[in-house]
Amino acid sequence: MPEPLLDVQGLETQFKTPDGPVHAVNGVSFSLANGETIGLVGESGCGKSVTMLSVLRLIPSPPGRIAAGSALFHGQDLLKMSNEEIRQVRGAQISMVFQDPMTSFNSVLTIGRQITETLETHLGMSPAQSRQRAIELLDQVGIPRAKDRLNDYPHQFSGGMRQRAMIAMALACRPQILIADEPTTALDVTIQAQIIELVKRLRDQLGMAIIWITHDLGIIAGLAQRVIVMYGGYFIEEAPVKELYGNPQHPYTIGLLGSLPRMDLDQRRDLVSIEGLPPVLFEKPAYCPFAPRCKYAIEHCQQENPLLVEIGPGHRVACWVDPRTGRAR
Amino acid sequence: MTPDENILLRVENLVKYFPVHSSALFRRRAEVVHAVDDVSFVLQRGETLGLVGESGCGKSTTGRTILQLYRPTSGAVYLDGVDLVKLKGKELRMIRRKMQMIFQDPYASLNPRMTVGEIVSDPLLVYNEVRSRKEIDEEVRYLLGLVRLDPSFTNRYPHEFSGGQRQRIGVARALALRPQLIICDEPISALDVSIQAQVVNLLIELQKKLNLTYLFIAHDLSMVRHVCNRVAVMYLGVIVELAASYELYHNPLHPYTQALLSSVPIPDPNVEEKRQRIILKGEIPSPVNPPSGCRFRTRCPIAQAVCAELKPEWREIRPDHFVACHLVNFQTQ
Repeated sequence: MPEPLLDVQGLETQFKTPDGPVHAVNGVSFSLANGETIGLVGESGCGKSVTMLSVLRLIPSPPGRIAAGSALFHGQDLLKMSNEEIRQVRGAQISMVFQDPMTSFNSVLTIGRQITETLETHLGMSPAQSRQRAIELLDQVGIPRAKDRLNDYPHQFSGGMRQRAMIAMALACRPQILIADEPTTALDVTIQAQIIELVKRLRDQLGMAIIWITHDLGIIAGLAQRVIVMYGGYFIEEAPVKELYGNPQHPYTIGLLGSLPRMDLDQRRDLVSIEGLPPVLFEKPAYCPFAPRCKYAIEHCQQENPLLVEIGPGHRVACWVDPRTGRAR
Repeated sequence: MTPDENILLRVENLVKYFPVHSSALFRRRAEVVHAVDDVSFVLQRGETLGLVGESGCGKSTTGRTILQLYRPTSGAVYLDGVDLVKLKGKELRMIRRKMQMIFQDPYASLNPRMTVGEIVSDPLLVYNEVRSRKEIDEEVRYLLGLVRLDPSFTNRYPHEFSGGQRQRIGVARALALRPQLIICDEPISALDVSIQAQVVNLLIELQKKLNLTYLFIAHDLSMVRHVCNRVAVMYLGVIVELAASYELYHNPLHPYTQALLSSVPIPDPNVEEKRQRIILKGEIPSPVNPPSGCRFRTRCPIAQAVCAELKPEWREIRPDHFVACHLVNFQTQ
């Protein structure tokens, strides 16, 4: 196997709160290959965004704290870099696109200025060069009359346009990794389809790797090669995309897939509802964090938190029970 | 029952314009937002009609105008044969109890200073439905039981509940007056995936139990197919297509419906691999100056000259399948 582009090991992130530290990410490990797209899936508060923000050291600290782990990028640990070094990586080699482009842009600077600034800072371009490149970038993401729109402020763009401009800015320095944090959640489906189509095209043109964070298992099905499911700050299942949808092994993944209605199927089936709520962990649990909501739970689940173990090629799952038999694995 | 008695709600040529004053100082020509522009449909007793479309298409405004929360600019809304638009004051209040609404945001739609019991029993007090403390307690217990919440929650406050539980409190409140029609305005879009199914299953169960009629306003087309008997698709203030769910999802005729359905991701990689998407260009135009003729023409992949000139007629192309598009005949034959 070739050396991974990004290799994260044992990442732990905690947040200090008045009620004690919240364990948001609890020792997660994964690697990302060149040009690969990973889908990181989970519900609100499961730690999916915090995981990637930690890798880029964008966790506000305090109250946040990266308690353990490493994140090797080209052999260098992002978590140990100086602030100056990580700034060189961020936005240049690894970029991030956020859910809400309105809060990610600076509302008192023009769109053009925000893109040219990136180019001048990271690539040392002259103002004239960076302006030319910014026009190309906006054009590339399908913004009409890019040259004129350069002088617009973010509020003059519609939601879909802002997200395109966000992507243009993220791609300005031709990053090797694009981290997309629910970039289409706030958009309408026809606009979402436009953005996803755009990202796929750019991915194939530029050969970049993508980590797409989302709660929507629909988007991931057509976009990612590999999927990681998170729950309570843990990775609970990881598999190649077809394996995960065709042969889900963790009861939570099974429940999530069962709770989605299928527009393309005529046979109407009842939706599976997962009773209860996702946990907020004030300490690392000595039990499976999903056990309180799990209908497959056995005694062992209350006593020990299962580790992620390989059960097939590239398929890892953290569960004591084999859901096909309902008995211990 | 004759066919007419079977109709609970009839909406005829409903129009709602909102005036916008772009500048108070210079008083330019007053502009209007054409939020809902000539919408007509009927709701049969006990059915669920889906009203789908993207943000700004007027689906929520339609719901609110039906309830007379917004008074329509023109048009009629018949509930059990009575035109609500002509009523006001006490008369309107008395008939409005037959219709209730479930809101999108379970955090904003419950008063944080009221207990669950107070929230759920409030409609009963407003309408003087209950006499004694004991009667109220009994009603609250019954309503909480209906939505599968523990009756011991009566004295708790909304902040103690999760989004899914709050939404159920909202449902209990909507049921208090034994309404016939419930307008569900995006009732699940603020909830997490695993919680959505809880609320949807509850709505389906209650409909069967209480013979409720739903107008289900949503943008999640997968969920709409799951919940609705018939579906109306809105675009920029007008309904462009209306058909039974099966028919609409199998045989969408309007180019907008086709694009909308093709944009919805399907959670199955084997299906996604083979899918052909219709990617629409551009974005929804402003409802202040909607395009002439067909409102979809500026983004329509097959638009022709006629589409800019004439407003497409609302035609029944097949039994119970209505569409407003000049070009549909060419497509299907």
